[in-house]
Amino acid sequence: MPDQTIIGHRTIPLGEARVGFRGRIIALNVNRADCAGLPGPELERRLIELGFVEGAPVELLHQGLFGGDPIAVRVAATTIALRRREAMAVAVAAATDTP
Amino acid sequence: MNGGIAVAPLPDAGQVGQPSGATTVVALVGNPNCGKTALFNALTGSRQKVANYPGVTVEKKTGHFTTPAGRAIRVVDLPGTYSLRARSPDEEITRDVVLGRLTTEVVPDLIVCVADASNLRLALRLVLELKQVGRPLVLSLNMMDIARKRGIEIDLDRLSTALGIPVVSSVAVRRGGTAALLAELDRALAHRPQGGASAWHAPNASELRGAQREADRLLRLALVSEGRLDPGTAKADALLLHPVAGLVILLAILFVMFQAVFAWARPLMDVISDGFTWLGALVGEAPLPEILRSFLKDGVIAGVGSVIVFLPQITILFFFILLLEDLGYMARAAFLMDRIMGGAGLHGRAFIPLLSSFACAIPGIMATRVIDDRRDRLTTILVAPLMTCSARIPVYTLIISAFVPDRDVWGAVGLQGLVMFGLYAVGIVGALAVSFVAKRLFWRTNAGEPFMLELPDYKVPQLRGLLLGVWARALAFLKRAGTTILSMMILIWVLASFPQPPDGATGPAIGYSLAAMIGHALEPLTRPLGFNWQINVALVPGMAAREVAVGALGTIYSIDGGESAADKIGQVLAGQWSLATALAFLAWYIFAPQCASTLAVIRRETGSWKWMAVTFFYMLALAYAAAFAVFQVASALGSG
Repeated sequence: MPDQTIIGHRTIPLGEARVGFRGRIIALNVNRADCAGLPGPELERRLIELGFVEGAPVELLHQGLFGGDPIAVRVAATTIALRRREAMAVAVAAATDTP
Repeated sequence: MNGGIAVAPLPDAGQVGQPSGATTVVALVGNPNCGKTALFNALTGSRQKVANYPGVTVEKKTGHFTTPAGRAIRVVDLPGTYSLRARSPDEEITRDVVLGRLTTEVVPDLIVCVADASNLRLALRLVLELKQVGRPLVLSLNMMDIARKRGIEIDLDRLSTALGIPVVSSVAVRRGGTAALLAELDRALAHRPQGGASAWHAPNASELRGAQREADRLLRLALVSEGRLDPGTAKADALLLHPVAGLVILLAILFVMFQAVFAWARPLMDVISDGFTWLGALVGEAPLPEILRSFLKDGVIAGVGSVIVFLPQITILFFFILLLEDLGYMARAAFLMDRIMGGAGLHGRAFIPLLSSFACAIPGIMATRVIDDRRDRLTTILVAPLMTCSARIPVYTLIISAFVPDRDVWGAVGLQGLVMFGLYAVGIVGALAVSFVAKRLFWRTNAGEPFMLELPDYKVPQLRGLLLGVWARALAFLKRAGTTILSMMILIWVLASFPQPPDGATGPAIGYSLAAMIGHALEPLTRPLGFNWQINVALVPGMAAREVAVGALGTIYSIDGGESAADKIGQVLAGQWSLATALAFLAWYIFAPQCASTLAVIRRETGSWKWMAVTFFYMLALAYAAAFAVFQVASALGSG
């Protein structure tokens, strides 16, 4: 997945970030083909309900043994566990790229 | 329902419009892990009970307390949720009670939204949603002590003004920590508040996004100081969520749990079992008509005893589950196991129920309540009885010691132990295979249920709350044992006792019963498995509990001494059965639905006969196929 550019930020999907990644949420791209499983709108609502909203700071804290899955992400002041497949829908920019 | 607790009539302190004796209903709503249950315990103490909402498997927790002003309040602890949008049966209950849609429930007079003071962000969004419902609402910022310790300071007045609802702080785990909340309840309920019309509708993504932005704004407004992350949680997670060390520690914890359920419960189970045997003997000598004596001794006492004997295991198991849940570890365990269980189509949380099922499927199936998603939970319930429970051990031991030679293979490994291990392994592989198939057969439409959950900060568990939780669940189990399970036991007794043997009969009484008729009738069906009619007959009382089949075989082959004479039974069987029959019998026992109590619990926990029937028939089919294959292959190899 090549890096995308959204409103001036170099973004990557959170699902491809490594442990230790720090940054900010730039957008939710729930219609990406590789985060199938739930219908896009439903996935979007669930992500928002767990605090994944544009602008929120994120940090990838931990990952599982097999395939680095699932991941534990600090979103603002909450820690959320999710699979990388769903995390693909969260576009993030690294802290250094955020103005 | 008051749960047997008398509600004192209101000392009517000049309140207008409060009908005497009427109880005010307050509902507790909040995010998962916000300390809602601790607050519920602090308010109600032991005046609480756990039941099920009608028709669903969701736990219904209600209790009673009296406010300082003497107002009797019935409080409902609703399942935790992030939104009223309801994605699981638990969350549907929360939504329906809050909106007053549940016909079996009284509409709450007031809603208390409970929030973790150190983790307000998601809670504030829920508060905004609850405000739309139009019912009187109080926000209680719980765990205020922990928040302060971490340097978090919240301006309650400013938050209250901005939200337009009363905001109080509470420390559920400290004596007097609910004083502010109680005072606010008295104030808010004094003039019998009327709710406005509900303006709530399921929010779409952009409304949710807007609400979260508003919640973030309110949070910035109310936070005097933001505080730090919990350093203890970060340190603990570095180890406990480590990809390798975390798994090793999890396995160690599971090992201790398994040991506890399996070994620590043993002495207590022996005491209960001996107690019922003694009681049975007492009744056996009582001057009663023979048939009544048999009914009380073999039907009621033996039936109830065979279920109550599991109480120590259930108590210990729930103690561990609630302890891990309170610590905040359960979510971590699900995180660590998600990928491993996911391969077989099981949820990360399924491993504790399945592990418990090695002791007994009954506590295992009850433990599936930790799985939120209904489909994941049903899959786990379906396969739990395939785990080798302790009741199979007497049967396995009997057959193995009678038919498998006691010698070593490959140097040091005992052949008998190896066969035992193989039986366990086949059970596990069978369970994984069935869940794999079930996932694809039953819920193809929704294969992608995501794994998304909050990892809460670690907390020191409160012993009192823990014991209250275990107590409530033990009571719920006993109630079940006294109703559904007892009636199954009595049915099996009837089959094994009627009709009575004719006068002057020489054979054992069971040989003349309905069970024997069933045994003979089934012979053509079970002949391909190598089963004779005696085995068929033993399988009928074996439905009460698997190990009862051992005693039943003894009775049928007219061996005195019942179960205590297991060695003698083994010798007789070795003379009467072929090796192929013995192996087929073992294969049968791996899969067969030979336990009425388990089936009754499945009926209770799923709230439907359908899933009980599905479990019964798929297990029967597997058992038949396995026994058939083993008998035919073994016969072909010359063991017939």
